[in-house]
Amino acid sequence: MLEYLAIIIFIVAGIGIVLFTFCFSRLIRPANPYPEKTINYECAEIPQGHSWIQFNNRFYIFGLIFVIFDVEAVFLFPWAVAFGQLGLYALIEMVIFITILFYGIYYAWRKGALQWV
Amino acid sequence: MILASVELIGVFRWLYGLLVELGLEEPWLSVVIYGLLSVTIFGVLCLIALFLVWWERKIAGHMQQRFGPMRNGWHGWYQTVMDALKLLQKEDIRVDTRDRAVFFWAPVICFVAAFLAYIVIPFGDGLIVADLNIGILYVIAITTFTVISLLMAGWGSNNKYALLGGMRSAAQVVSYEVPMVASILTVIVFSGSLSMVDISNSQQGNFIFNWFIFRPPFGIIAFLTYITAATAEANRTPFDIPEAEQELVAGYNIEYSGMKFAMFFLAEFVNMFTVSAIATTLFLGGWHGPLLPSWLWFIIKTLAIVLLLMIFRWTFPRLRVDQLMEFAWKFLVPLTFANLILAGWMKYAGWYW
Repeated sequence: MLEYLAIIIFIVAGIGIVLFTFCFSRLIRPANPYPEKTINYECAEIPQGHSWIQFNNRFYIFGLIFVIFDVEAVFLFPWAVAFGQLGLYALIEMVIFITILFYGIYYAWRKGALQWV
Repeated sequence: MILASVELIGVFRWLYGLLVELGLEEPWLSVVIYGLLSVTIFGVLCLIALFLVWWERKIAGHMQQRFGPMRNGWHGWYQTVMDALKLLQKEDIRVDTRDRAVFFWAPVICFVAAFLAYIVIPFGDGLIVADLNIGILYVIAITTFTVISLLMAGWGSNNKYALLGGMRSAAQVVSYEVPMVASILTVIVFSGSLSMVDISNSQQGNFIFNWFIFRPPFGIIAFLTYITAATAEANRTPFDIPEAEQELVAGYNIEYSGMKFAMFFLAEFVNMFTVSAIATTLFLGGWHGPLLPSWLWFIIKTLAIVLLLMIFRWTFPRLRVDQLMEFAWKFLVPLTFANLILAGWMKYAGWYW
């Protein structure tokens, strides 16, 4: 289990290295902000309003379908690892499982949920 | 135990012995060794990214009948070092309407997510930081954090282009995650293990024909779908709508400058190397190969896949958003899952050697 210590150490070290480069660059870089410079970039136009507004990002349906598939992946990983020992029974079970799942995809497809526009 | 994971690097073996002699106990011994390894990996990644940026520019140049960078050194070999030094000295221009915390942490998370994958990538026989038994699952989980950082960059910048880029990238990466996982699962069915070392070892022997790519037809299909999905995961052309220059100027990183921009850029190229390294480990036999030393085999195979991704970039036109999503959900997802089931059936029937 000691190997999993590597993850924590790499997280800490990664953040530390990035912050170190930020601090180091702060020492040698110029800092001269003025209002024209700190305005939002919008192809040299003055930005009209915030970008933090409600807009239709057409995204949540894909998010929902992705959640379904990701939960499915949680079941698929142990299945794939143990498949060599489980044999035909596991294969048939997984065929049934994926068929049910793909009926869901088919339903979403027919409903037009996979249409981006 | 740690020593087993880094036994080929003489420096670390020597250091381990030294630390044991000094009387350091086990958790702290690991902390010290892993800390040094993390710094080493960071250095290697910087070198790789510098080389890849230069290589990409040279390939772009030669594919377009020009030379690419030529001024600094032989064929401009230290051009990217100069670029990095310049970015280090650049003023950090920050938008005054930004969301301070989100804007600041986005490049950090982006880089750390790319960096963490290198714990389990085997660069050669024994050249791995820690052989986690969940290896490939861990890589999938960690690299998905990139999405969060891109969304954070898009939202924190308070810029319309950046927000659109972040949203698009979230939709894209999330969609291509599914076929990528399914094609990786095909390999796991073949090998029966999640550990990167075990996956590599199960492709050992028989010259090169034990590689999983040589298991027709399902190994090849899985490889092709993996490469497609990985191109999208790494936000590379033809799937680079998050940063489509002609529409969104630069996408999510539009308001970033100086070192923060450099971190995004570094993470992008590190990600490209990561997906290539995973493709090498899963399909091309990892470090196994005849004659040459193991690390050289790994580098050659990985750079071959990187070259493939670069040729993609300068060959294919960019897809539209709707084409991109339809390609993922209506073509790749059914194909990869059918491939997974059929590969399982082939393995059960014992048709593979």
